[in-house]
Order: sequence, then structure tokens, then C-alpha cells
Amino acid sequence: MRVALFLTCVNDTLYPDTGRAVVKLLTRLGVEVDFPMAQTCCGQAHYNTGYRHEAEPLARHFSDVFGEYEAIVTPSGSCGAMVRELYPRMGERARAEGRGNSLATTLAPVVPKTYELTEFLVDVLGVTDVGAYYPHKVTYHPTCHGLRGLGLGDRPRRLLQAVKGLELAELPGAEECCGFGGTFALKNSDVSAAMGADKVRNAASTGAEVLCAADNSCLMHIGGTMARLSTGMRPVHIAEILASTEEEPAV
Amino acid sequence: MSGTYLGMPAFPKAAHEAVHDATLRGNLRHATHTIRAKRAKAVAEVSDWDALREAGKRIKDHTLRHLDRYLVQLEASVTAAGGTVHWAADADEANRIVADLVRATGESEVVKVKSMTTQEIGLNEALEAEGIRAYETDLAELIVQLGRDRPSHILVPAIHRNRGEIRDIFRKEMSEWGRPAPEGLTDTPAELAEAARLHLREKFLRAKVGISGANFMVAETGTLVVVESEGNGRMCLTLPETLISVVGIEKILPTWQDLEVFLQTLPRSSTAERMNPYTTMWTGTTDGDGPSTFHLVLLDNGRTDTLADEVGRQALRCIRCSACLNVCPVYERAGGHAYGSVYPGPIGAILSPQLRGVTSEIDASLPYASSLCGACYEVCPVAIDIPEVLVHLRERVVEGGQVTSNGNKVVLKPAKGHAAERAAMRAARWAFSRPGALRAGQRLVSRSRRLHPRSLPGPGKAWSGTRDLPAVPKEPFRDWWQRTNGGMDGKGAAK
Repeated sequence: MRVALFLTCVNDTLYPDTGRAVVKLLTRLGVEVDFPMAQTCCGQAHYNTGYRHEAEPLARHFSDVFGEYEAIVTPSGSCGAMVRELYPRMGERARAEGRGNSLATTLAPVVPKTYELTEFLVDVLGVTDVGAYYPHKVTYHPTCHGLRGLGLGDRPRRLLQAVKGLELAELPGAEECCGFGGTFALKNSDVSAAMGADKVRNAASTGAEVLCAADNSCLMHIGGTMARLSTGMRPVHIAEILASTEEEPAV
Repeated sequence: MSGTYLGMPAFPKAAHEAVHDATLRGNLRHATHTIRAKRAKAVAEVSDWDALREAGKRIKDHTLRHLDRYLVQLEASVTAAGGTVHWAADADEANRIVADLVRATGESEVVKVKSMTTQEIGLNEALEAEGIRAYETDLAELIVQLGRDRPSHILVPAIHRNRGEIRDIFRKEMSEWGRPAPEGLTDTPAELAEAARLHLREKFLRAKVGISGANFMVAETGTLVVVESEGNGRMCLTLPETLISVVGIEKILPTWQDLEVFLQTLPRSSTAERMNPYTTMWTGTTDGDGPSTFHLVLLDNGRTDTLADEVGRQALRCIRCSACLNVCPVYERAGGHAYGSVYPGPIGAILSPQLRGVTSEIDASLPYASSLCGACYEVCPVAIDIPEVLVHLRERVVEGGQVTSNGNKVVLKPAKGHAAERAAMRAARWAFSRPGALRAGQRLVSRSRRLHPRSLPGPGKAWSGTRDLPAVPKEPFRDWWQRTNGGMDGKGAAK
């Protein structure tokens, strides 16, 4: 099976390790991974900040870049939700504005074949034990757009539970937002920081070394807060845990 | 809406103080987490909750689509049952109608049932200006009124107060308004409730005029419904000679049978009760039973304009249960007052900017008072997609465009203060439409990484004031991918 990796602009620029981990993991599971070099950004930040019309050319570009692939895999719950939930809505809005079906038709092909990484593993490949080894105590934070947008459910937890050596600690208040929220983190920084601090305190109370999530933008906020509060914990993307093996362990 | 909140600072500024108020944070955290857990339990008991939610949504959407017809039907039903219907286009008109009706009775005081609509129009202040004193009789509204405070929650207006604060307010203020607090009043709930009961009882027995809102109005029968916990509402609805109800036009249900949906979803969503203790229903007037005169004031106040907006109109489905407030992480930290409206929390953030427009500083900031986490949508018993409406209203703020105002189509200019953001968004769109430009930018960021400061100046402080910046890698992923042929060069897959 040949799939396209939609890494997201944030991961490409700031978290290449996550990208390498996805490639390593999927390759190990017999999937041929391609990284279309023309990919940029899905337009989520534009859309969610109120610039839907600026997001439209980015969505069209996404469709041009990824339209030909059998499946599109992304290690980001929120960018995955952007494509699956909000691209159809953008098409509908364009139609309601009297601009015809063009946008909806252009975006339609990529919507059903875009998968968040854990969905792809569990639903498409049908695996929960990916042969990973990660001898650390980990707590898992379900990020909002993965949890409520995509409905990832217990897929990430099932994958983590099957990792050899990994001890999974329950995160109190797991389903509460960490306070990132894209431009919310800047526009309402006091509230965002207070939410982040509460999330980090809850994580620290578990005694875990690692807080794991399936979205690096949330982890950037949580990790930045952890460092500032000197908790000694670190944020790790789920792909990096699942890619880790006894031969090549990740830290 | 009420002038009480005009001149409120933008949400982030108002929230700043609340976030750093330890007592307030503690009060809100305790209260919202308690009710949140109870609600989840009460909802989980109902096996057909999803179907009830869908039914509630559909009944409301159907009613809103045919509101013209149902309003006329309601007027006919209420009139036939002995009531008098008045139409108020805005807050001023509604306040004038109510003041005139009270004055016509010759009374100078009224007792009030807890009502969001009368808070919305600032009725108490308007009556005060006419020399009429309005007594709030809901326990929490009483606490707010005695404390010269403002409500901070739809269902629990004094949620920001703890027991000690309430005891102090009762001791200090009750004597100003009527029967003083008992000597040696403590902060035990039973004593506080007893103090309120004694204080309010003399008002119930004396009042000749009651004022209420309503949770529902049934078009086919002309019946109004008030759902409450304390029974104080029942006192106001049955003891006075004259009853005046001020109700938003979106509160109609077509048939009596439609109540079966909402009388299940409302109590479980709001107080986490299977059934609320007091449900009062009245249809016009009945000789020798309850008020002999009944007036219904139907209020628009921005609702018809809201109805004209295809995305935003779903906010009119709201049954004021407060489930979205109780689950909202932003409300929990910022508190209700920061929203600058009687409607705080997620529903307030989509209702106020529609009912009042987005021209004031506070209203233009409300659509951004959310991390878009979606918890509100998940718990809403009428399935209002609050995040969808928030994003829609953000668009209205930054792009302007056509809206309906006082029944007329007008074109709104983009709000001020978003010029730099707009330029940045356009620049980002430009770069993201050109992979080459994105790559050049990424390389610049990577190669200059040793020069990056730990904290950012200017607007960047909003991030780095409380959070470290992420470390920038030595090369972006795409460079690694190209350099190593997708990790296949040399040693197989990546690292």
C-alpha cells in the first residue's frame, strides 16, 4: 500500500522527528510512504481565525497535491479534522455564497481518504500492536479535535497499551482542553496559560515522565508550559513512541 | 440589550483579572466541576439521549422556520384564554410596556421570577427609573441584587460567590431591602436558605404584581411554562393579582406534546436533575385561581436579525440550560463577568455578538473567547454547533460583510484592530501557496536558530511570557527527506 504523508506545516518546520517517526513506523508495517514535496498547509489557522476566504486557495492546493493518492496520513488530529470536517463545510459555504460547486467538487476527493495516524493504524491497517518498545511511564492527553472532531476514541490508548515496556498512567481531567487553541493562545494568553498550567499540574500528578498526544501544536503549548514550570516532564508525539523499538529506542 | 454592560473592556482584558483572582478561580472550579460530573451522570441514565437531542434540535428549527405563523397562533391562543399580548421590538419598548402596565395597577413594587430576558433588557434598572422597585426572589438572583452585583452564570447567577461571601452580603444588606438577616447568621446552607426564606416570604405575601419570563410558550394552547427548583417562582406566578411575562419570541413550541422532549433534556442538562422540583404552567387567566390579569410581552431585541443569518440562527435554539458554561474551560477560568453580557460562556459568546452586533469592543472580542475545544457542542441538548458559529462570527469581525440589522440588510466593515493580523494571514497564504517560498522561510528559521531568543518581544510576549518556545531543528523535515531519499539512503528507514 502506498500512502501520502501529510506532515503539516508545523511538524515539517518544527518537529521533523515526528515526521521521521511516522516514516519509520509505517515502513516497518509494510506501507510505502511518499512525501509530496509540494505540500504546505491545510489552512486551519486561517479558517479558525476567521479568514475562511484565505484558507480556500490552501485547501485547493491541498487537494491538488494529495488528490491522486490512495490514502493520506497525518500525525495531527486538528489538521486531520480540518480536512475531514471543515473542507466539506467550506464547500457548502461557497455554494451558499452563490459561488457554485467548484470548491466542494475540488475538495470532495481528499475528504474520505484523509486519516489521522492512529485511525490509519487501527482502522485501515488493523493493528494495535505495532511492535514498539518504550520503557517509560507515559500519560496520554487526548487533544480536542482528535477526540471530539475526528472521534478517535480509544484508538491511541489501545496502541499505547500494546507498547512493550510502556506503563500508561491515567491523566486526571484528560478530556479538558490544554488551552492551546491556535491563535487563542495569543489572543487570550492569560486564559490559555491558566488552562495549560492546570493540564501540566494534572499530568505531573500522575508521576509519568512523558506526556503523549497525537498533535504537536498542543504539545508545543503543553511542553512550553512544562519547561517554564520546571516539572521535569517532557512532551512526546505518539508517533515517536510507536516508532521506537528495542533495536532503535527513542528517548 | 441592557446598557449595564456598555463600556465593558474586551474579553482578554476582563479575563486577565479573573484568572489571577484565586478565590474566584476556586469558587468556579469547584462549582463547574461538581455540576459537570452530575450532568454527565444524569444524561448517561437516558438510553435515548441522542434521539431526544436530535428531536429538540428539529422541533426548534421547525418552529424558527415558521415563527411568523406560530407567533400569530400564540397571540390568538393567549388572547382567547384571557391574556393580553404586547409586542416589543427592542429593550426600550419592552421596558416601557412593563412600566406602564405596573403603573396602571397603582403599585410601586413587584416580585420577580428569575428571568434571563428581563436581565437582558435591564428591566430592574428601567423600573427603578420609574420609581418602581423590583425584588428578585430567586435565591441566587437575590444574592446578586443584595450584593449590588451582576449575574455571572445563566442558571446560577451567584456562582462566583462562596458561602462566606453570601453570609456577609445577607448580614450587611438584607435590612436595606426588608426583613434583616437573623442574628448570628452562619454560612451553613440551611441557615442561609432560611434567612432568604424569611426575607422573601413577606414580599410574596404583600406583592400585587409579579414579573416573569418563561422557558416555553405553547402556540396551540397559549400555555406558558416556568421550570425552577426553589418554588419561589411558583409564589410569584400564583399569589399576585397581576402577572406580566416578558418572553423572547424564540421560546415558542408548536404543541403541548413538544414539551415531552424539553422537560426531559432541560433539567438533566442544567441542574442534573431527572425532573426539576417545580414546573408551573398557566394558560391565560382562571377565575379564583392565580392572577386575574395576565400580560405577555413578546420580545424581539435582535432575534429576527439573528434568524436571518443562516449559520448563526442555530443560537436561537438555546433553552438556557447552562450545560455549555459548566463544561467550558474558558468560562471556568475567566468567570461570567468577563463576557460583558447577561449571557456568559460559550452560548453568550455567540448570542451577544448577534443580538447586539459586533461593533463594540467587548462584542467583537467574544467570538475569540474560545479555544474551539468543542466541549460545549458535545453537551448542548439542542445540538448548537457553538464552535461553528464562533468561527462564523470571527469571519464577520475580520471580514465584515452583509448582516441584518433592525430588519435591513447592511454591509458591515471589517472591525478595527485586525489590520496586522489580516496582513500576516495574507502573507502566510501567499507563502503556503508556493512550496518554494515556504521552504526558504523554513531554512531561514532553521539556519538562524542559534540566534533565536528564549523570549519574544512585543506581541510575542503573549506566548513566551508563560511558555518556552520550541527548539528549532537544524533542518526541516522536507530537507531531510530530500537529502536522504526519504530515509532510504544508507541505512534504510529513518533514524
